[in-house]
Amino acid sequence: MSHDKKQAQLDEILAASGVDVRKCMRCGKCTATCPAFDEMEYHPHQFVYMVEKGQIDKLAASPSIWQCLSCFACMERCPRQVEPAKLIEAVRLSVIRAKGANHLKPEEIPALLDADLPQQAITSAFRKYSK
Amino acid sequence: MQRIGVFICHCGTNIAATVDVKAVAEALGREPGVVFSTDYQYMCSESGQTLMRDAIREHKLSGVVVCSCSPRMHEATFRKAAEKEGLNPYMVEIANIREQVSWIHKDVAEATEKAIILGRAAIAKVHLNKPLTAGESPVTKRALVIGGGIAGIQTALDIAEAGFEVDIVEKEPTIGGKMAQIDKTFPTLDCAACILTPKMVDVAQNDKIKIFSYSEVESVKGFVGNFKVAIRKKARFVDEDKCTGCGICTEKCPQKKVPNEFNMGLDTRRAIYIPFAQAVPKVATIDANYCTMMKTGKCGVCQKVCGVGAIDYKQQDVIVEREYGAIVAATGFNPMKPTQYDELGYSTCEDVVTSLELERLMNAAGPTAGTLLRPSDKKHPHTVVFVQCVGSRCDAENEKGKPYCSKICCMYTAKHAMLIREKYPDTEVYVFYIDVRTPGKNFDEFYRRAVEQYGVHYVKGQVGKVVEDNGVLKVQASDLLSGEQLHIDADLVVLATAVEPDKSARSIATMLTASMDTNDFFTEAHAKLRPVESPTAGIFLSGVCQGPKDIPETVSQASAAAAKVIGLLAKDKLTCNPCVAESDELLCNGCSSCEKVCPYGAITYADKEFRGPNRTTLIRRVASVNPAVCQGCGACTVACPSGAMDLKGFSNRQIMAEVDAICKM
Repeated sequence: MSHDKKQAQLDEILAASGVDVRKCMRCGKCTATCPAFDEMEYHPHQFVYMVEKGQIDKLAASPSIWQCLSCFACMERCPRQVEPAKLIEAVRLSVIRAKGANHLKPEEIPALLDADLPQQAITSAFRKYSK
Repeated sequence: MQRIGVFICHCGTNIAATVDVKAVAEALGREPGVVFSTDYQYMCSESGQTLMRDAIREHKLSGVVVCSCSPRMHEATFRKAAEKEGLNPYMVEIANIREQVSWIHKDVAEATEKAIILGRAAIAKVHLNKPLTAGESPVTKRALVIGGGIAGIQTALDIAEAGFEVDIVEKEPTIGGKMAQIDKTFPTLDCAACILTPKMVDVAQNDKIKIFSYSEVESVKGFVGNFKVAIRKKARFVDEDKCTGCGICTEKCPQKKVPNEFNMGLDTRRAIYIPFAQAVPKVATIDANYCTMMKTGKCGVCQKVCGVGAIDYKQQDVIVEREYGAIVAATGFNPMKPTQYDELGYSTCEDVVTSLELERLMNAAGPTAGTLLRPSDKKHPHTVVFVQCVGSRCDAENEKGKPYCSKICCMYTAKHAMLIREKYPDTEVYVFYIDVRTPGKNFDEFYRRAVEQYGVHYVKGQVGKVVEDNGVLKVQASDLLSGEQLHIDADLVVLATAVEPDKSARSIATMLTASMDTNDFFTEAHAKLRPVESPTAGIFLSGVCQGPKDIPETVSQASAAAAKVIGLLAKDKLTCNPCVAESDELLCNGCSSCEKVCPYGAITYADKEFRGPNRTTLIRRVASVNPAVCQGCGACTVACPSGAMDLKGFSNRQIMAEVDAICKM
C-alpha cells in the first residue's frame, strides 16, 4: 500500500474511533481487564501502540481484531480515556469497507438477533457476522 | 504639562527579535509631553537603571514610561530607581510589550505597531498621574496555623522559636495528622510515632503556642498584618482544663461500637474517646453522634467515673475572636477512598485495603497490635498484591481519578513490600506498577533493595480485576514485559490510592481569598520563586495542601513558610498600597452600593454636615474608605452609580485616557 493510502487509512481509523492514542500511558489496565486475552495474538494495549506506530497492516491482518468481544471493559476502565475497544471497532470497519458489499439486508437482521446479547454488542456483532 | 521620558527595553532578544525597538522609541518620542526617548538592551540591569536615573536628572523628567516586561516583574525595580532621583514612584508606568506583544506575536510590523500603541496609552496615563504616598499599617505579632499535622506542627514550632506567638487550629480532637497514623517512614524505616510525638509534646509545652483542638476557622476578616479570625471551638462535652486524660471514661463507656477513624475503621472505639495514647492535648471527647446520654438522656457513666468532674453534657460551641498578622494554611490531605473502582473490589472484599489501612494493620498500636492479619478472618496473608496509581495519573476527562501523580505511593509501597518480606519471609509480595518513580535522596536505592534483597516481585502492568472466591482474592493482571495475563490467588490486596486535599481546604481558601487549582490544591504566588506564599498577601502554604509531597519535603516547606511568616512578623509596620479607593463626598448619593460590593469591609457610611444653599446646612449620608483596609480592587468604582468612587492611580479619567490613546489612529 502506498504511503498516502496508508496514512489515509490511519486517519480514517483515528477519526472513526475518536481515540487519541497519544493519551496512552502504557499502564496495561486494558490488557489486565480483557476477558478474551487468551484468544488473542495482540492485546488491547498493543492495539493502541500499533496504531500509534502506524502498523495498521499487521493489526488489520491479525485475527485478534475479530476475537475482541466488544465487552468494552477496557474502555470503561482505561484511566486515560484511550478506549482501545473503539479503536478495534474502527479497524474492523476499515477492513470491512475495503472489501465492499459490507451491508446487511434488513430482512436478514431478525434471524441474527440474539436475545442474550447485550445491546451494546449488537452493532459490533453485526459487523463481525457480515465480514 | 508633564516632562515624560520613555525607555524601550530589548530584554535581550525577548522583545527586540519581534519588536522594532528603535522605531518604537522614535514614534513615542514624538508624543506630546515626551522630552526623552531611547532604547536599551536590559533596562532592569544596573546600567539600564542608571540610564533612566541620568535622564530623570538631566531632562528634569516629571514622569517615566518603561516599555518592557509585565509590571509584575519589574515595576517595583523601576519605581525604586525613580524614587532615588527624587521622583514620586507612582509617576512611573509600565507598558508591557513582552508578555502582551513580543511573546505572542510573530509579525514584526504588527508587533511594533502594537508596542507603539501600548506605549502611547501609558504616556496618556502618566499625563494624569499624581504623586501618591503610601501609608503604613501596624502588624499583629501573632500567626495562625490552620491544621495540626506535621506541616502545621513544624511551622508553628519554627515561628515560636523566633519568639512570636502562634495558634494552631486543628479540627480533630488531637494534633498529629496523618503522620500519627503511619507505622514506619521511608527510606530510613524509623518509627513515625517515635519522631512525631516528641514534636507534639514540644508544641504542647511551648508557651508561645496555643492549640485550638477540635476547632475550626469560622471566618477571616482583615488583611496582611491585621487579620481578625473567628474560631469555633466545637463542644467536646469535656472540660479541657479539668480533664487529666486518665482514660477511665474511655474504658467504662458502654457504647463500644463506634468505628475508630484513627484505625481507618478497622476496629471500634467508645463514644467517649482519646484518639491515641500520645494525643495532644490528651483530653477526652464525646462523639455526640453515638453517645447514649446525648441521644436518649439515659447513661451518664462517664460523668460518674470521672474523678475530676470534667464531663459536661451541656457544653456548647464557643466562638473565639483572635487577631493575627499572618495565616498559614496547612490543611493536609486524605487518601482517596477507592469505592468508584468496582473492579478492584474495595467495597465488596474486606481483604482489599488501602495503603493507609495497611499502615494501621502493621502498626503496634493498631487493631492487630502490629501483627499483619487480614481483616476478614484474622489470618496471616501468604500472598499480598499491591496495586499502584489507583486514582492517580488519570486523564483530565476521567471522572473517577485525579490527573496528578500522588508522588508518595511508589516509596511507601516499596516500604510496605519490604517490611512484609522482612517480617514474614514466607509471604509472596507482588507490586503492579506503571512506572516506579523514586526521585529523592536514597529513594531509588531503597526501591532496588526491595527488589534485590527482599525479593519483592515488581511487575510492569496493572490489575484489571479482583474477585473474591471462598476467601481467596482472584487477581487478574497484565505483565506487559512478558506479554502475559497473570492470575494470582492472593490473600490481601493493597491499593495505593491517590492523595486528595482535605475537604475543608476549599472553604478555608474562600475565607482566606487564597487561590486554588482545579484539584483544590492551594496555588503558590510563583511556582518556582515563591513556592510557600499564596498570591494573597499574608497567607502562606505548608505541606500537602499545596501539592503532594512526602514527610521530608513537607517539613522543609513548613520551615520555609515559617521563615516567611517570621520575616513578616518581624516588621513593626507594613507599607500600604497607596492605590486605594477614595469617595468624592460631594458626588456620593449615599446609596450603599459600594459598601455592599467591598470584599474587605473597607467602606463605612456616616451622616455628615454639608453647606446648603442660602447659608443652610444639610445632613447627608456619605461613604468613606478606610485606606488601611482597602486593597484597591476597584469593585466599588464600578458599582458606584454617581461616579463618586475613584481609585487612586487608576482613576476613571486615567483609564479613559488610555482607552482613547489606544483607539486613536
